[in-house]
Amino acid sequence: MTTLEFRNVSKKYRIRGSRELLALDDVSFTLESGRTIALVGQSGSGKSTIAKIITRLESATTGSVLLDGEPIPSRGRALRAYRQQVRMVFQDPFASLNPYHTIRHHLERPLRLHHVVAPGEVDAEVLRLLDRVRLSADLVERRPHELSGGQRQRVAIARALASRPGLLIADEPVSMLDVSIRLGVLNLLAELQRESNLGVLYITHDLATARHFSDEIMVLNSGVVVERGPSDDVILNPQHAYTRQLRDASPNPDVLFSTPKGGSRS
Amino acid sequence: MFDEELLTLHDFSVTYEVEPPVHAVRNVSLALRRGEILGLAGESGCGKTTLAYGIQRLLKPPAVITSGRTVFHDESGVDIDINTLDVAALRAFRWDKASMVFQGAMNSLNPVLSIGEQLGDVFTAHRPGMSRRDRTAECGDLLDLVKVGRERLRSYPHELSGGMRQRVMIAMALALRPQLMIMDEPTTALDVLVQREILDEISQLRERFGFSVIFITHDLPLLLEISDRIAVMLEGRIVELDSPENIYRNPQHHYTRRLLESFPSLTGDRGGFLRDGEPAGAR
Repeated sequence: MTTLEFRNVSKKYRIRGSRELLALDDVSFTLESGRTIALVGQSGSGKSTIAKIITRLESATTGSVLLDGEPIPSRGRALRAYRQQVRMVFQDPFASLNPYHTIRHHLERPLRLHHVVAPGEVDAEVLRLLDRVRLSADLVERRPHELSGGQRQRVAIARALASRPGLLIADEPVSMLDVSIRLGVLNLLAELQRESNLGVLYITHDLATARHFSDEIMVLNSGVVVERGPSDDVILNPQHAYTRQLRDASPNPDVLFSTPKGGSRS
Repeated sequence: MFDEELLTLHDFSVTYEVEPPVHAVRNVSLALRRGEILGLAGESGCGKTTLAYGIQRLLKPPAVITSGRTVFHDESGVDIDINTLDVAALRAFRWDKASMVFQGAMNSLNPVLSIGEQLGDVFTAHRPGMSRRDRTAECGDLLDLVKVGRERLRSYPHELSGGMRQRVMIAMALALRPQLMIMDEPTTALDVLVQREILDEISQLRERFGFSVIFITHDLPLLLEISDRIAVMLEGRIVELDSPENIYRNPQHHYTRRLLESFPSLTGDRGGFLRDGEPAGAR
């Protein structure tokens, strides 16, 4: 059981010397194994700032971030242990894999770094990881440019899972992929989440997949969590005006064709 | 409302002459009506962008138009066969009669020129007789029209948000009051709220000026909302062409059904979608 807790976290960015931007304003939530939380909001709402704080690319200005009750370590062995527990899948599978290295290299590195398996078993573990994301073993010597976007994103997921983490931060994991394969990748993530009892933070601005893919939705507007609750409640019965605004802006054929009318819109 | 035809494509094919040749567009016949928004849907690589570029003859080798006629029925009553235009005639045709909002266009504004200068270029090229004062006034009107506001004439692209830059691109495409606008994924990089604003804007401008739109995107739910008709493309062919309601309620082609199923419903049933352990696709 792994638990990540945001306790009253605020983040200020300094712009042009004196001005300040409050990117996160008193945000609290708990992400735990086996649960998926979707974080939704428009561009600039602070979604990625949360991801950056979790991955320690930024630090909170005030408030605390705790893993299993302990503050995130800042260096050394403890930080490595934290990074073994909390892993990231990025938006752009074309940028997040190193073009110089083979798929094997990408998957071997976390295995060796975190001593996940004995050195003699690394090869077998690489193949097992590929199998878990349903990629064929003969991709192992290929380089990223030889793979499709969907295949690359599966490699990125396999890499994230390599250290056997408790928590996964997925920042728009399918928005750069073609529509025809998005669901496949999301279904795969959902399945891995169940198998490994992962806690997943799913960052997205697609409300429809947020609803279906997560247990809970948190709506962020200008750094403030304006609404949170079970996914269906938030989407089907939104309480906050901003949530309604987001929902109504999303194309929704169910509503469009629910009232009987002629075939063409004029 | 849409009885008159604006553009007729007959047996239009484009091949990328590489080894082996890629038949990107295969024998497409299509009649676009005056004033209608035609949605063109399909996944990456289905040929939708190639088709749109082909209509304007914007393709470069190795892409070759191997067959077909593209006839533009001008409002003056003259029929223009786009494939037979020479370089000068083609240059006059493009933008004046048919303009384009390119994919990712908002990131293709020149960073070292002001918005006003870039808009002004359209008039310098196509209306050489226009005075500087008229040009500035016209550019200001265009920015007002797309709700960016004329006070932004002297702004540089980096001073505008993504949504505003996209509006500038629409203003640019609108500048010469074309009869056809081809929009290739005009809202894909924008978040839902900004996307909604831009779509409303396009609808209003269409009502006002009566141009036709070919709207290319893979986002089928979006097309269902804004299109008068939708063409679904698969491997270079249009496999289904119908009203949004028929496409949604009664899709004929199995690929249309599959494409619709790729989009989970926002407020409808969860159905067989997600978290049911269904094996992920092969790719």
